[in-house]
Amino acid sequence: MPVRRGAPLRVLSILAQSPVGVAGSLIVTVVVVLAFIGPVISPHDPLNRNIRDRFKPPGFVDQSGNFYSLGNDQLGRDIFSRIIAGSRVSVLVGVVSVLIAGTLGVIYGLFSGFVGGIVDSVMMRIVDGLLAIPFIILVIAISGVVGAGLSTLILILGFTGWTTYARVIRGEVLKVRAMEYVIAAYALGQSRRKVMFLHILPNVVHSAIVLAAVQVGVTILAESSLSFLGLGVKPPTVTWGLMLSDGRQYINSAWWMTAFPGIAITITVLGVVFLGDWLRDFLDPNVRGRA
Amino acid sequence: MAPLPSLWGKGPGDGGRGMGVNLRGFFISRIAQLVVTMFIISVVVFFILRLSGDPILVVAPDFFSQEQIDQMRKFWGFDRPLGEQYLTFVRKAITGDFGKSYLAKRPAMELIIERLGYSWLLAAASAAIGLTVAVPLGILSALKRNSLFDLIITSMSSLGTAMPSFWLGLMLIIIFSAHLRILPAYGALQPESIILPSVTLGVGMAARLSRMTRSAMLEVLNQDYVRTAHSKGLMQKTVVMRHALRNALIPIVTVFGLQLGWLLGGSVVVESVFSWPGLGRLMIDSISVRDNTVVQAGLLFFALSFILINYAIDVIYIMLDPRIKFQ
Repeated sequence: MPVRRGAPLRVLSILAQSPVGVAGSLIVTVVVVLAFIGPVISPHDPLNRNIRDRFKPPGFVDQSGNFYSLGNDQLGRDIFSRIIAGSRVSVLVGVVSVLIAGTLGVIYGLFSGFVGGIVDSVMMRIVDGLLAIPFIILVIAISGVVGAGLSTLILILGFTGWTTYARVIRGEVLKVRAMEYVIAAYALGQSRRKVMFLHILPNVVHSAIVLAAVQVGVTILAESSLSFLGLGVKPPTVTWGLMLSDGRQYINSAWWMTAFPGIAITITVLGVVFLGDWLRDFLDPNVRGRA
Repeated sequence: MAPLPSLWGKGPGDGGRGMGVNLRGFFISRIAQLVVTMFIISVVVFFILRLSGDPILVVAPDFFSQEQIDQMRKFWGFDRPLGEQYLTFVRKAITGDFGKSYLAKRPAMELIIERLGYSWLLAAASAAIGLTVAVPLGILSALKRNSLFDLIITSMSSLGTAMPSFWLGLMLIIIFSAHLRILPAYGALQPESIILPSVTLGVGMAARLSRMTRSAMLEVLNQDYVRTAHSKGLMQKTVVMRHALRNALIPIVTVFGLQLGWLLGGSVVVESVFSWPGLGRLMIDSISVRDNTVVQAGLLFFALSFILINYAIDVIYIMLDPRIKFQ
């Protein structure tokens, strides 16, 4: 593992050398900070309706001199404030679902790869079966049946997303299992459980971290699709997907209702992807310096 | 590079490299895998749709009496034990009978077949757009590595991957339908109707494929045989087309197969943005009215087509790699 304890400054200095890494971490930091302190810096109340000023275009100034940088929606709510408020759901869904999926997938893959044999074959067939249904379709079907809502959605995304981790981790375990240091650990008389958790797990977990970064982006996109289709988070919770679903109704007259939430999603996912690219190169010493 | 799902088994992807592949054995093992995978999928799909509890209460109108609900439950077979319901479902599904749609009162299979053509058309058009854009751009990007052109192409590709496809679709509607008024935004009544949805999905496909094409080409361009080809005085064009691309095609085809999953998934949302009458929109419509038999059949269809397309890609793979020969 390239990361040593007590070396955050060293990590930062390596990060600073990569433009992609810097861009990614900046975007992700801004979104996370907005999710936490959004209500404090938000120019207007994201839920405040103002029917008189509905459908006002970007740059609109109302009678009392309030400025609406990105315009208003069909109920006169400020789009910029709503985008800030929406970051909260994206961060929450992205982080929590990925933690659930990652934990489940790593345990499953670790066990499957470590035990091997018929157990491994059966466990991997199950993963193959689940992977054959495209992720978003599976999630759409389950949320259609179970019903929508923020916490349900997080659980659904978490409990369907683990298969990718299971497959990747299992592959890594198969590689690591045959390494000399693992054989040496056995030779020193360590138990199977100790070998699995102390010697194999730490050497495969970096793949899970890289994958998790990618999956945060995938999950944020999935949440926005589901909320857009009316199968995800419900109003009055503000999410970018729901804003797009509102915008779609007025697509011929109020383009700003559709344009800006989508830009917010794109920038956020781009930041996550960049950070993930950098993490992959950073955690994989074979790749580092080559890119 | 993501490991190949073992739907591929010990196929040409990993263990079979450099060895002969027995044609009959190849197909028999694939069919066996298909049966096992579809069995697992059928269990998953069957139980997912019962997560909601009683499927009858979902579709029965409010004014129904308990007696009428019981009658309905008996009619649809929901009064039987769960295991028995599953076996009945599988027995019928094998013969192509997925049950009747609660809503349309017609076989679910019929509804799916009606929509299948539209879905295939859209998927084929999007894949074609994706490939024709991504492969040349990916190759050029690799050849001009670290140039401004490379930077632009890789940035566009990251952008295309990060963008929600349905949002791109909405933006295209705003530009080409609402403002320029040159392309239809909804339905499939005119031949031009396919342009916006297929461009929407094609852009996402191109973004994902060009990235892989670039890295596959970069890998191949570093190989000894490419250097040899250069040093024996071949033209750049010949080296790229005859020596490098032929070998880079193998990982490109693999990634194309994996991205088809994205295409199928994306099509569900994009079809509903453009009211394109395909399988995806049928699914969304059926989910919103809880027409579970159709959802069930649709899920099985998506899984089956994903697996079959990937098997077809396995065959293409073998044709592309002369080291793997049928015996």
